[in-house]
Amino acid sequence: MFTYLFFLYCAVMIIGTGLLAITMRNPVHSVLMVLILFFHMAGLYLILGAEFLAAVQIIVYAGAILVLYLFVLFLVSLRDEVKMDRFVTSAWLGRIISAGLAVSMIAMLPTFVLGEKGHWPMAAVIKATHTKALGTEMYTTYILPFEIAGLILLIAVIGGLVLAKHDSPTPIKKS
Amino acid sequence: MIPLSWYMSLAAILFAIGVCGFLTRRNLIMMFLSIELMLNAVNLNMVALSHYLDSMRGQVFTFFIITVAAAEAAIGLGIAITLYRSRKTIHVDEVNQLKG
Repeated sequence: MFTYLFFLYCAVMIIGTGLLAITMRNPVHSVLMVLILFFHMAGLYLILGAEFLAAVQIIVYAGAILVLYLFVLFLVSLRDEVKMDRFVTSAWLGRIISAGLAVSMIAMLPTFVLGEKGHWPMAAVIKATHTKALGTEMYTTYILPFEIAGLILLIAVIGGLVLAKHDSPTPIKKS
Repeated sequence: MIPLSWYMSLAAILFAIGVCGFLTRRNLIMMFLSIELMLNAVNLNMVALSHYLDSMRGQVFTFFIITVAAAEAAIGLGIAITLYRSRKTIHVDEVNQLKG
């Protein structure tokens, strides 16, 4: 019963803050709404028994990625952003497309069939603790994807540095 | 036990919210933030399926998706800074140089 209530609370908060995030005028407020959304997502991970992922969600998403977004928002000018129109002129088309997407995805849901069961039932995960179970799986079966993910992260950091480096002394004026 | 379809419906709605934000906002940074919403919807789906299938695979993939999301944020925001530096705007409908 408590789990149901917690799920419904998290679902309502996720949908509400998600809608607020994509409609609010000030981008900083949107980022703060997404921060609340990420915390409730971590709550859902907790009731799904994925404590390590909940911690990673808060540390990496809320702690690192959103702070990066906030820094970049402060680097570009915000002064006239709150006075301008915040939607593109064909925004109604995007709303129709996304509403149709949501309706079709939910309508397709009853035809979904679960695949075969894996080797980690909840009791085994609780016995081994979640972090150990995830780590065992990641460092044995998925060691190669793990290395590739590290390489992707390294390339992304180098790419971000190269992109943000100031190399042209005279910026191209907007025509 | 909460039905799996509740989680998948929530993920579908969150994904649609992300698509809506991506298609409607003018600000490039808000579009990247909408992509984060979509990635989170996929993550929620993966963790829920991993829980209901007694498998660790979905959670490992969620871990990789979080890594790729961090990489995407770093590259995308680098592009946003470069765009703002060269064009003095981050509104996607004002970047129309390729439009004939």
